[in-house]
Amino acid sequence: MAIAVVIACGVSTVVMSFGTLASLEVTRDAYYEQQRFADVFAHLKRAPTALVERIARIDGVKRVETRIVEAANLDVAGMDEPVLGQLISLPATAGAGAGTGLNKIFLRQGRLPDPNRVDEVVLSEPFADAHGLIPGGHIRATINGHRRELDIVGIAISPEYIYAIGPGILMPDDERFGIVWMGRDALAASFDLKSAFNDVSLSLMRAADEAAVIERLDRILSPWGGIGAYGREDQISHAFVANEMELLKGLGSVIPPIFLAVAAFLLNVVISRIIATEREQIGLMKAFGYSDLSVGGHYLKLVLLVASVGVALGLLVGAWFGREVTEIYTDFFRFPVLFFKLDLQVFVLAGIASLLASGIGAVGAIRAAVILPPAVAMQPAAPTIYRRGVLNMFGLTERLSQPTLMILRHLGRWPLRAGLTTLGISMSVAILVASLFFYDAIEHLMDVYFHHGQRQDATVVFTEPRNMRALTEIRRLPGVMAAEPYRVVAAKLYHGNRYERASIAGLDGDAILRRALDEDLRPVALPETGLVLSTTMAKMLNASRGSRVRLELLEGQRPVIEVPVTAIIEEFIAAPAYMHRDALNRLMREGPTISGAYLQIDHNQSEALYRDLKNLPAVAGVSLQTAALTTFRKTMAETMNIMLFFYVLFGGLIAFGVVYNSARISLSERGRELASLRVLGFTRGEVSYILLGELAILTILALPFGCVFGVVLAQLMVANLNTELFRVPMVVEPATFAMAMTAVIAASMVSGLIVRRRIDGFDLVSVLKTRE
Amino acid sequence: MQNVQSVERATAFSVQGLTKIYGTGETQVHALRGVDLDLPQGELTVLLGPSGSGKSTFLNILGGLDSPTGGTVTFQGRDITALDSNGLTQYRRDHVGFVFQFYNLIPSLTARENVSLVTEIATAPLRPDEALELVGLSDRMDHFPAQLSGGEQQRVAVARAIAKKPDVLLCDEPTGALDSKTGIAVLEAIELVNREFGTTAAVITHNAAIADIADRVVIFADGALSEVRVNLTKIGAAEVSW
Repeated sequence: MAIAVVIACGVSTVVMSFGTLASLEVTRDAYYEQQRFADVFAHLKRAPTALVERIARIDGVKRVETRIVEAANLDVAGMDEPVLGQLISLPATAGAGAGTGLNKIFLRQGRLPDPNRVDEVVLSEPFADAHGLIPGGHIRATINGHRRELDIVGIAISPEYIYAIGPGILMPDDERFGIVWMGRDALAASFDLKSAFNDVSLSLMRAADEAAVIERLDRILSPWGGIGAYGREDQISHAFVANEMELLKGLGSVIPPIFLAVAAFLLNVVISRIIATEREQIGLMKAFGYSDLSVGGHYLKLVLLVASVGVALGLLVGAWFGREVTEIYTDFFRFPVLFFKLDLQVFVLAGIASLLASGIGAVGAIRAAVILPPAVAMQPAAPTIYRRGVLNMFGLTERLSQPTLMILRHLGRWPLRAGLTTLGISMSVAILVASLFFYDAIEHLMDVYFHHGQRQDATVVFTEPRNMRALTEIRRLPGVMAAEPYRVVAAKLYHGNRYERASIAGLDGDAILRRALDEDLRPVALPETGLVLSTTMAKMLNASRGSRVRLELLEGQRPVIEVPVTAIIEEFIAAPAYMHRDALNRLMREGPTISGAYLQIDHNQSEALYRDLKNLPAVAGVSLQTAALTTFRKTMAETMNIMLFFYVLFGGLIAFGVVYNSARISLSERGRELASLRVLGFTRGEVSYILLGELAILTILALPFGCVFGVVLAQLMVANLNTELFRVPMVVEPATFAMAMTAVIAASMVSGLIVRRRIDGFDLVSVLKTRE
Repeated sequence: MQNVQSVERATAFSVQGLTKIYGTGETQVHALRGVDLDLPQGELTVLLGPSGSGKSTFLNILGGLDSPTGGTVTFQGRDITALDSNGLTQYRRDHVGFVFQFYNLIPSLTARENVSLVTEIATAPLRPDEALELVGLSDRMDHFPAQLSGGEQQRVAVARAIAKKPDVLLCDEPTGALDSKTGIAVLEAIELVNREFGTTAAVITHNAAIADIADRVVIFADGALSEVRVNLTKIGAAEVSW
């Protein structure tokens, strides 16, 4: 039965992990499908609705949906800080703005706005939840300079905003950024966009060439202020969700197979032991005239039967766990549907792996028993030959106590077994290190990003580029201790046959708040000319220092120029590209122009500052660094915690399992020996020392190896992670090693204590009556 | 039944009304049904009797390996049946040497180390080499049990049992697994210890011939004593043959 449980553990981990990942993807895709999540997105200044027909004629386009998307400052009771709202028009029921059903919202509560009522809105659920807003409530907003009181009639979610991330903000922050859906006519009236649109989404035919469609769309939209169309993979929410799933996959593809391997190893050991104890029976059966094949077949069948029970159990438990975990994630991502999909391939693979492991374990042991002549098999196995070995050479035999000598000799006699046990324990340390390391990596990443690179307290984003006077005004606001300007321009970067969309951030050369850093975290002065790429962007473009990159700026006169890459900098989050602001201004053929400012704030005056910022019509939004830090940590932790919880648990279980298993084997092999010692007057503690001391040595030996394996495993996972949103730095803090080792030691101690109780219960008399 | 004592000696063990019942209800087995016996200090006693007659149970209780259901065993004036598990461990450690039919040596330790195992935890032991010399194994000290013959292994077991200079030496079928020649060598070792150190010895055997080397012969039958006789014509182990 113990075998069945071991198999069940291994199989269920694999089934759970892969099942969850597969299900999340299926669920997400089903959600996208159901809400008709668009394939291509583009934002522009303003275009007449008549343009839709031209867009619809692009080869491969299935549906075209136009919208009005604008920003607004929201005023939520209890929040001093500015809250940014993304206003999105809902399709009109008929006429020019009637929708084609792309990016449908999913109503969770309430109803859609009445087309005749201009102040009715639907809020995004994460935002509403963050502020406790419900249908029937109200929210104040400054829309295009006008203060409005809006009636909340519904709460909804959308595949476009699984994560709602505001402009210039790094992470979803549901308190400070929310989606507000309202009637198209109401929004058109507010922004003077009657019979016009400023945002368009397309769905594509199955065989469509997305790049070609984007190319055509850009050409159509560029006279209307288009800032570059992009596909789903650059859609921020999708990219974010994909990134999270990528992280889970990174974890899930490395750890569960290890777990299965360790389970297979345990299985192998346990089965060989059991067959070895059946040796006499096998001899007896052969003496009665059964053939080698039929005896061997009998035991193999027995083992496979038990293993099958384990596999079946593992599949069931794994499927059940997988469903539960998928449900947790479904809630987390707020998917309105849940499809649980079990990957048949994973099922079959996990099953076969387990059966093979038990089969191989059994075959070896059965062979060893079957090849013996019956007369020999029926007798107990020959006594183990021990050697004085290396211990003698150093004169250790005289110095060590006999019990210690027993430990060392036993280890030395079975080096393979000791090695495998050590390997098993070290694997559990490795799993813990590789799991817990993610927290270190994220802390390090945040430290670099927030404390070295982006040291501003707040970032102000203007509604549109302004001249330097805007900076002077910002500097005059209460509580502003320093303000550094920046210019951001959406761009396409081409290098060789690679192409990436990015924002070029123009920073001042002497900036001290927001800085570009090199690998050693030293600030890099932005060169007067040329482009500075983050390592991630450089990798994506396959560019290096000195490469020439074709730059297509997507604003203003949309200049296209070739610039040299003058530096590569280290940045873990996103894949930014920088230029000196003057150089960017020059390329844009504009005077000193800025898109916003980084502020250093006197926190005593922050309330007054926020109030003033909220009332500045030129300010589209303000993001706060502390809030970003908190949400970053929270968002990362939430996604990882669920999966990591399981891995840490399993890591501990492996340690427990390996140690317990090896203690049990030792106990069954050496029970007689240990009981003899008890007879000789050794106390329980002294006898336990021999057994547990051996395990302690193996555990301690395993710790350093485990840490090394853990780092290798972490590197493997980092290499497996293929995300553009952030790079996971390879940083493992000493505390993580310590925690992993402590957990494994604790797990070993628990199994040791359980075995120790068995030593206490030895029946001394019966042990002495039996032969070895 | 003869009950004459040749020499007046102090009593090592005084056993009174000793009973041992295994199991409960219908599966109850009465291993000992009220045994009264005194074993004088320094004597070599041989316990005879068929299988299941209770002699091993009796010896195990004397050695502190098992506790009786009823009755008392007084050793050097102390009631060992009143001791708890830790007390019994201490009693075995300080006073008792055991030799069993299957040697019970530690396979991972050499002959010398097997003896050291006991001398390390004893208060005033012999040196391991001395103990092995006593049983005639000075040239096999660095061999592991698997490299020794059965008789040699049993002599290591005897050396291990006597190395701590125990007050009592309890042997359960020490020659049971040996041929007569090696068996006699083992008996000689036991005899030697009994004679040289004055160790009280009790030896269980199936082999009635061995009874000739005893000071006292105790015969068990069905959980009770059927005969206790003092052997006035004690012979040396070397003269025994079977």
